[in-house]
Amino acid sequence: MSFLECRDLVKTFADGTHAVQGIDLRCGEGEFAVLLGPSGCGKTTTLRMVAGLEKPTDGQIVLAGADITERSPAERDVGFAFQFYALYPHLKVEDNIGFPLESMGLNRRERRQRVADIVERLGLGALVGRYPRQLAGGDQQRVALARAMVRRPQIYLMDEPLGTLDAGLRLEMREMIRAQQLDAGIATLYVTHDQEEAMSLADQVVVMDEGRIRQSGAAALVYDQPADLFVAHFIGSPSMNFITGEIREDCFVAPGLVWSLAKPMRPGPATLGVRPEFVRLDAKGRLRAEVVRDEYQGACRYIHLQAECGRLVMRVTDREQEAVGASLGLDFVRVLLFDSASGKRL
Amino acid sequence: MTWLQLKGVTRRFGKAEVLSGIDLSLRADEMLVVLGPTGAGKTTLLRIVAGLDAPDAGQVEMDGEEVTHWPPADRDIALVFQHFALYPDWSVRRNLEFPLKAPRQQLARGEIDQRVGWAAELLKIERLLDRPAARLSGGEMQRVAIGQAIVRRPRLFLFDEPLTNLDAKLRESLRLELALLRQELGIPAIYVTHDQAEALSMGDSIAVLAEGQILQQGSPEVIYRQPVSPVVARQLGQPAINILSVQRRGDAWIGPNEAERMPALNGAGEMLLGVRPEDIAPAGGHVPGVVRVVEDAGAAWILWVDWAGASIHIIASKERRFAPGETVYPRIDAERALLWPR
Repeated sequence: MSFLECRDLVKTFADGTHAVQGIDLRCGEGEFAVLLGPSGCGKTTTLRMVAGLEKPTDGQIVLAGADITERSPAERDVGFAFQFYALYPHLKVEDNIGFPLESMGLNRRERRQRVADIVERLGLGALVGRYPRQLAGGDQQRVALARAMVRRPQIYLMDEPLGTLDAGLRLEMREMIRAQQLDAGIATLYVTHDQEEAMSLADQVVVMDEGRIRQSGAAALVYDQPADLFVAHFIGSPSMNFITGEIREDCFVAPGLVWSLAKPMRPGPATLGVRPEFVRLDAKGRLRAEVVRDEYQGACRYIHLQAECGRLVMRVTDREQEAVGASLGLDFVRVLLFDSASGKRL
Repeated sequence: MTWLQLKGVTRRFGKAEVLSGIDLSLRADEMLVVLGPTGAGKTTLLRIVAGLDAPDAGQVEMDGEEVTHWPPADRDIALVFQHFALYPDWSVRRNLEFPLKAPRQQLARGEIDQRVGWAAELLKIERLLDRPAARLSGGEMQRVAIGQAIVRRPRLFLFDEPLTNLDAKLRESLRLELALLRQELGIPAIYVTHDQAEALSMGDSIAVLAEGQILQQGSPEVIYRQPVSPVVARQLGQPAINILSVQRRGDAWIGPNEAERMPALNGAGEMLLGVRPEDIAPAGGHVPGVVRVVEDAGAAWILWVDWAGASIHIIASKERRFAPGETVYPRIDAERALLWPR
């Protein structure tokens, strides 16, 4: 059963921008849903409508069985965390974190306990007695997150809460958010443009582009069975390799490549997609390519290649070094085919 | 051959020592990445190399000459910042021509056109040349900013987190382009970042900077595989390296409730054992652990496992599935584990 439901949500701004163009979104109880897409795709506007900070032009928002579309932000039981945190400068860290609890009718002891729990969870123990101005930017952001998560609202809404943190700290905080959310079992709607962050956090990834949802589902679904070229390109790092060519009944043909199909398909312009981990070294393989760059990533290497059919990336273990300029035989283990005109997966 | 050298560079602001005795070297054909968190002193270091700031002690040498107190203009260095400053009303072409029209450049019109055309082609922005800068996307603007740096064909590039403000997807493609471009130009560069993936991918050499000190400098492979300390080890790798407390007893290392025979490692007493998530297999060991979270990282799973009184990360192949609550028997690849004194 869905806990949060957005039905045919539309937002057109006064200047005529069609930010959100009819979105249907469902988030189950305790589910972590991530709105993912490039800048300007409508993900933040969608979140702001759920928060009550933007009024939908059309559509309905239902939370825990109640239609909240017309409610003010204060009348919605939601906890926010935004990229641009606002802490109260005159309150110490612990009082900032405890602030949302003041109006909840908890006694002092319960309040202190809640604050202590979240402080421990987010590793803020050393900071509780300080004032915001005495904190580095990253620490301010962690305090803002703690303040958002100290309450147990019906849903957490987070808009790139890790956006301005250093890469290392972002990873650490991401795990803390996930651990806290799993323990508390509170539904979460989270916005990011970082596909890796989305994949790692989400029970449900909602891929958006130009005000619409392209595809939604578990990380494995959008990764293994992308609905179209946009999703296939956006999910995965490095991106899926794409080779443009055409289908001729029982094979896909591109310069320097003939890939036979399991069953005949309708002829026409098509794009073959293959993930970097499904490109394999094979001296007798179907195609040849020249090494352009050997990109070390610690746990693995990405070998960038130039083939007749275009540029390719291959993922190999960190033990398999390749010399720039070397010519390699390659083959593909698993491929996807897309209609080049509509972009839809075939 | 060493082309740029920093010797004992120290910089203080009031009582705070922002850089403490920095020694760094850069060869004429390489890209050096300085990796460190916010506040480590990265930008101050770049400003000293650029001549925008002077050290309180120490020397900067370029191509065999001491340049510590040379003005920026005499150093022939191009800087690319995180916040790029293009003239919004000017066309891309005019923005690219601008650095070539400085009085000391004295280039003929034909030479200017040729260089702008060359840079635009390299950066794939030819079709944008007549567009006002204000109408470009973030990625396009950053390309133009890089274009402004390369048209001058300086002796050295300095990049100060140039990709930080861009979308993750764009960052990934630009980091490859930038590394290939620099290689092609054959101009040395210092690239400053807090992003370990960028550092590993782009650096011919990486210097790890923390609290104003260089903790280690070496190739990406050396920094990743042979970090001198847990602090350096934690700077690289995603998820971060697992660090466990262990004790030597006989020829075995004993964890909190774990006995691992790892004769490949030398050391005595209480030590810290570092093992990368890709160097622990989820099966084959003899002490059980419980999978807490299964993250989908696309090409692999990332498992959070409670094991031997610690919480560890394992990168596991997608050849099999895992479920939260499942019992696994982690096994450390002893050949690849690291030991540090506590």
